[in-house]
Amino acid sequence: MTTLSPQTQASSASTNSSSLPLYGMMAEFETPSQIMAAAKKVNAAGYRFWDCHVPFPVHGLDKAMGIKRTILPILVFGAGFTGAILGFCLQAFTNAESFSIWALVWVTGYPFLISGKPLMSVPAWIPIIFELTILLSALSAVGLMLLMNGLPRLSHPLLSNNRFRRATDDRFFIVIESRDPKFLRSKTEAFMKTLGAKHIEVVEDR
Amino acid sequence: MSNPSNPSSDSGHPSGKPSGGFSLKGFIETDNTEQPTGSRAPLVLNMHKFGEVTHQVCRVAENRPPMAWYIAFVICLGMMGFLGFCVMYLIFTGVGVWGLNNPVMWAYDITNFVFWVGIGHAGTLISAILFLFRQKWRTGINRFAEAMTIFAVVCAGLFPGIHVGRVWLAYWLFPIPNSMEMWPQFRSPLLWDVFAVSTYFTVSLVFWYVGMIPDLATLRDRAKGRFQQFAYGLASIGWRGSMRHWHRYEVAYLLLAALATPLVLSVHSVVSFDFAVSQVPGWHTTIFPPYFVAGAIFSGFAMVVSLAVPARQLFGLKDLITMRHLDNMNKIILLTGCMVGYAYSMEFFIAWYSGAMYEKFAFVNRAFGQYWWAYWIMVSCNVITPQLFWFKAVRTSIPLMFILSIFVNVGMWFERFVIIVTSLANDFLPSSWDQFVPTWVDIGTMVGAFGLFGTLFLLFCRYLPMIAIAEVKAIMPEANPHAGHHGDDHGIPSGAIPALREPRSAEDSL
Repeated sequence: MTTLSPQTQASSASTNSSSLPLYGMMAEFETPSQIMAAAKKVNAAGYRFWDCHVPFPVHGLDKAMGIKRTILPILVFGAGFTGAILGFCLQAFTNAESFSIWALVWVTGYPFLISGKPLMSVPAWIPIIFELTILLSALSAVGLMLLMNGLPRLSHPLLSNNRFRRATDDRFFIVIESRDPKFLRSKTEAFMKTLGAKHIEVVEDR
Repeated sequence: MSNPSNPSSDSGHPSGKPSGGFSLKGFIETDNTEQPTGSRAPLVLNMHKFGEVTHQVCRVAENRPPMAWYIAFVICLGMMGFLGFCVMYLIFTGVGVWGLNNPVMWAYDITNFVFWVGIGHAGTLISAILFLFRQKWRTGINRFAEAMTIFAVVCAGLFPGIHVGRVWLAYWLFPIPNSMEMWPQFRSPLLWDVFAVSTYFTVSLVFWYVGMIPDLATLRDRAKGRFQQFAYGLASIGWRGSMRHWHRYEVAYLLLAALATPLVLSVHSVVSFDFAVSQVPGWHTTIFPPYFVAGAIFSGFAMVVSLAVPARQLFGLKDLITMRHLDNMNKIILLTGCMVGYAYSMEFFIAWYSGAMYEKFAFVNRAFGQYWWAYWIMVSCNVITPQLFWFKAVRTSIPLMFILSIFVNVGMWFERFVIIVTSLANDFLPSSWDQFVPTWVDIGTMVGAFGLFGTLFLLFCRYLPMIAIAEVKAIMPEANPHAGHHGDDHGIPSGAIPALREPRSAEDSL
């Protein structure tokens, strides 16, 4: 396997750009099974600030990395429940109540009597309660997912790396960040060489 | 098939490949509809490397489109311009420019609305329901089916907006706090419709965009021009394929699918309530919600086939949208066509069985009254011709499936016309009966909406990833991390694996 080129690559990168701070070390793999095996090793070695960057979700890689299941579904349930309550209150207030509340301006409800139906016609309100439940859940599922992922983000050190461009195409990367307490450049580099990567490189924090 | 033993083809970017233009070779179809015993039929043909999939899809957005694209774009743009003219003429003159009259107060406007909402059902069905059922073949078609959904709902949203007469008061549809202290009437199905369609549009848009983020990142990372880098970079919001991100992303996507599934079934149910909750004979029917949903899926899939057939030919995507995909879609068209046919006959049965005079008249009048021709166009296109899909030769014939899918689109437009116009034109009181005759503005608006749809769709094909690249990669046999020798049961020579794993040449590692 590539015994010499990672070393030379890494050292040349470091000499060229010693002025720039270090973001981390990056190892490149060619197949999902390679990165799967490597991810297990990185996880076992006790690194915490590290990540796999893959062009598609590799099945089981999150478990191999030791990622805990996200709490997103619970939050989304809360949002959906809020939507249902909101839908009920909206209709009850606007069609069945006559008090005033402050919603940017003072607004008053209007008891809407039509066809002799009861004011609180809950069965007729179900469609809108349902739609608002779905709407709030869906928007929060996406919004919270992006928020928890730290997106949107306009720039990132990894996105300045030319080699990393293939992370969205056909290559699989493991990046160990320099802020990891276990990160020691020489040691981490030596460790990464044991992973069977095709290429190892230093990523600058630009 | 790329030669796996050739190290130079290992670059992941087979740039030297000719695009699938209009050569005779481009019309040859590979039949992958047969499932060999004990294994899965391949859903991605002739490609075994992830880079090849990336390239196949991205080159559509990166290169100049074929001439046919420009011709279609100019035609659609012209039609859209005419739509703009018709809508402006309507707004400045009034709804009298349409052929509406006293009993027939809804005609082309609501027909077009229901037609387009129905078209818009296939996308979310494919992306949500087929996702929950783990139907892997959805990955080839879900992206542009979703795009089609969004654009169809845009067209649909236009019609209720302009049919209200005083367009500038359309905001009254929403519960906006206002100085008149006036609220919408929430017991009305028309208001449920406002919420259902706008929720459906929002959720479909979000679903489509979220699915597209990783592929936009792919386009960003391949972009050569400064502007493309900036635009795709902005649109991909900093996605870098992190597995920690993917983990939450997959959960969010599953949640969206689970939420969109009841939503897609509810939207056309709510649309059908517009009719079913009223007292008009021919509308006042409990069968309407499931009948409308089946019809919506039927017409939506027909539209996907109508668009997929030319698109895969034009952009050389036959290895990703394979005959198996088309065959599966034709089977769904057959199934939903039978459901629609059942609904037509059951309506007649219930009209007779109910003993209600007006109900009986409404249905006999549909088939043999003044609009008999519309009824029989509907039955021929929706019930009779789709039966040809029982034959595999028809399901796998590109010209036949294209023609039949157009028939379904025509038939489904007429279904809505028949339901709306025949019921209104001849209701309880014969003295108030009348006939609806469309004006040029009616027809112009209908045709123009197709222009709007086509323009948006062509722009999408040109600038966005037409196929869900990341999802297609994930269903390739090569993506399975547990297979020691990936994909060796799929006909790759075993020599391919060491060749892939060999270190690259020195120049490559620079």
